[in-house]
Amino acid sequence: MEHASLRNYIIGFVLAVVLSVIPFWLVATHALPPQRTLLIIGIAAVLQVLVHLRFFLHINFTTTPKENILALVFTCLLLFIMVGGSFWIMFDLHQRMSL
Amino acid sequence: MSAAHMSAHEREEAETHEQRALGFWLYLMGDAVIFALLFATYAIMIPGTAGGPGGKQLFDLNNAALETVLLLVSSTTFGIASLQVKAGNRGAVMGWLGVTFLLGAGFVFLEIREFVGLIAQGAGPDRSGFLSAFFTLVGTHGVHVSMGLLWILILSAQVMTKGLTLPVASRLYRLGLFWHFLDIAWVGIFSIVYLPGLL
Repeated sequence: MEHASLRNYIIGFVLAVVLSVIPFWLVATHALPPQRTLLIIGIAAVLQVLVHLRFFLHINFTTTPKENILALVFTCLLLFIMVGGSFWIMFDLHQRMSL
Repeated sequence: MSAAHMSAHEREEAETHEQRALGFWLYLMGDAVIFALLFATYAIMIPGTAGGPGGKQLFDLNNAALETVLLLVSSTTFGIASLQVKAGNRGAVMGWLGVTFLLGAGFVFLEIREFVGLIAQGAGPDRSGFLSAFFTLVGTHGVHVSMGLLWILILSAQVMTKGLTLPVASRLYRLGLFWHFLDIAWVGIFSIVYLPGLL
């Protein structure tokens, strides 16, 4: 909470707006081929999540308690195993059974 | 306030606040796992339309964009409310919580209108695996936002009756974590559900 300030909320808001407008605009106008648009949607989403964590939830490596960071990192590991594992299993199944 | 100036009672209060903040953070991490698995289920179910309509026929880009704006602005107004808690401005806290509530209520209204519209055109959760996964994922988020609205009302009443005491401020802090977390989950929803669906 130490880094909460109006300036930080405004920076976070502006960055989030930019990172939302880009993918919405690309989808609305079909300015790029679908594959590339999909890639940009993914990159903008990851960046926006980081923006929210930094400027709205005030996660940083100096004032945020170590336990909170540890829980966040552990959750990322769990997500990687569970989501990655689900995709692995389902795509493998899809191929083998030609569903 | 430095630790040296705190009375034993205040120190205890601050410690309790820290512990509850960590406990609530652990709950949010658990919630993140739930959302991630709903996202994975949805992604796997995208082709499972059972001959029914897919995202391209059903989703409305303007509606998703408007929902995004409402939730993002509400996250920012909640941030301002949090700053007013620290500054001790009771009236301003009430005002900004009120603005946040209205924006969140607008979001829930748009979502319910979308769901009702889909069900009316025969694209309810029982139509296909794709739609079951869609309603589960987006509906779970909508229920979270609705609970957040209820929580805002309860804490507004506490700010009004009890003032910005340490326990009330501590609860507002955890509500803030919850509210900002829901906006992060929404970033996932528009980036995985609506935008790729309309591509």
